Amino acid sequence: MNEELRRIWKSFFDWVMGNGPRPENEVIPPEPPPDLPFTRKPKDKYSRFHEATLKERYNQWLEIHGLHLFSVLYAGLSVLTCIVIVSLLLATVAELPPFGHERNPANNEVIRRYVEHGGHETGAQNIVAGLILDYRAFDTFGESAVLFTAAVSVLMLLGASRRNRAESELQPHTYEIGRNFLQRGPPSLGHHVFRRDDTILHSVANLSIPVILMMGCVVVINGHLSPGGGFSGGAILSTALILAANAYGFERVHEFFNERTFIISSSTALMIYALSKGYSFFTGANHIHSIIPKGTIGNILSGGLILPLNLCVGLIVAGTLYGFYALFSEGDM
Amino acid sequence: MLAVEWLLLLFLIVCALAVSISKNLLNSVIIFMSYSLVMAVIWVLLRSPDLAITEAAVGAGVTSVLFFLALRKIGQLGHKDDEDNK
Repeated sequence: MNEELRRIWKSFFDWVMGNGPRPENEVIPPEPPPDLPFTRKPKDKYSRFHEATLKERYNQWLEIHGLHLFSVLYAGLSVLTCIVIVSLLLATVAELPPFGHERNPANNEVIRRYVEHGGHETGAQNIVAGLILDYRAFDTFGESAVLFTAAVSVLMLLGASRRNRAESELQPHTYEIGRNFLQRGPPSLGHHVFRRDDTILHSVANLSIPVILMMGCVVVINGHLSPGGGFSGGAILSTALILAANAYGFERVHEFFNERTFIISSSTALMIYALSKGYSFFTGANHIHSIIPKGTIGNILSGGLILPLNLCVGLIVAGTLYGFYALFSEGDM
Repeated sequence: MLAVEWLLLLFLIVCALAVSISKNLLNSVIIFMSYSLVMAVIWVLLRSPDLAITEAAVGAGVTSVLFFLALRKIGQLGHKDDEDNK
């Protein structure tokens, strides 16, 4: 029965495909490879014009004009897309509520709560610091963790490639320095070693690094009193570190800040952040009285956890941003 | 005060156009730095000094330094020493 069905289906299939009855020992020729687009030479336009079907003529036309048509279409469509997106964005901007109007949807009960009760609830004079490190401290924790993870991944990737290179290319490198010496006289200390004899850079760094460091520390420590905070202060500190590395060489900075110090300080800061904030969330959610004093608003020792959290975030950000620079510049930290 | 704001906003637009039009990559990065600096001033005028400090430190400082580093890595700084050591 099954055999019979299959035979009927086969003959039906052959009838549909227009084949005659198949011989037993049929050899199917392999299919010719398909033509790559635009590689065939275009046929002469007018040789078979009278007998070419519409489809053949269309294919010939496409082979001759296809690339040009494609580029024209591409340019036109990209311009069209740009115009559409720009007009959509401009229309959205036109729909936005007026800036600073009191009846905007952003001015709701949340902001009223922050402005009215933020001071005595967080103990911070700078409401923004109280916002990001007390009400929304969980977000800031995630940001710091993401930064730290990024720096560690870069460290692992670049560190692995650097170790491989150091093992395999030790000899050619030495040879290159020797060749440079023979060709150009005194060795010019490979392109990855910074020049130390730049007087202008040295003087400017001597003058400005203490100021930048102090500015960064002020911004971090006064995060709950004045504008700024951990992130911006850490960025300022990292620029001071980068300037020091450029002016005095990476080795001088590595004496007090290297891969090991970075990993230890950043993980410690993240742990302190997570533990202290976890305690605060736990007590807050369960309505337990927290032992952390809020202090008097305006004092340097106020704001509860905000000052230590600012220090933690500043440490992580400074280390991470300097680490990015050192890793991408030297492949080392 | 309003005139200053309009002037700064105009400067922002000119900077943003110049960054994309400029052929020299070093010029682009420097214009980008000035863009961030003016943006920081505008944040101060909009009474958000927190954002201003962050913009000045990250936008004008760290980002530009990383851009300069990238330019040096691809040899676009035009420094004589870099070409010597190729």
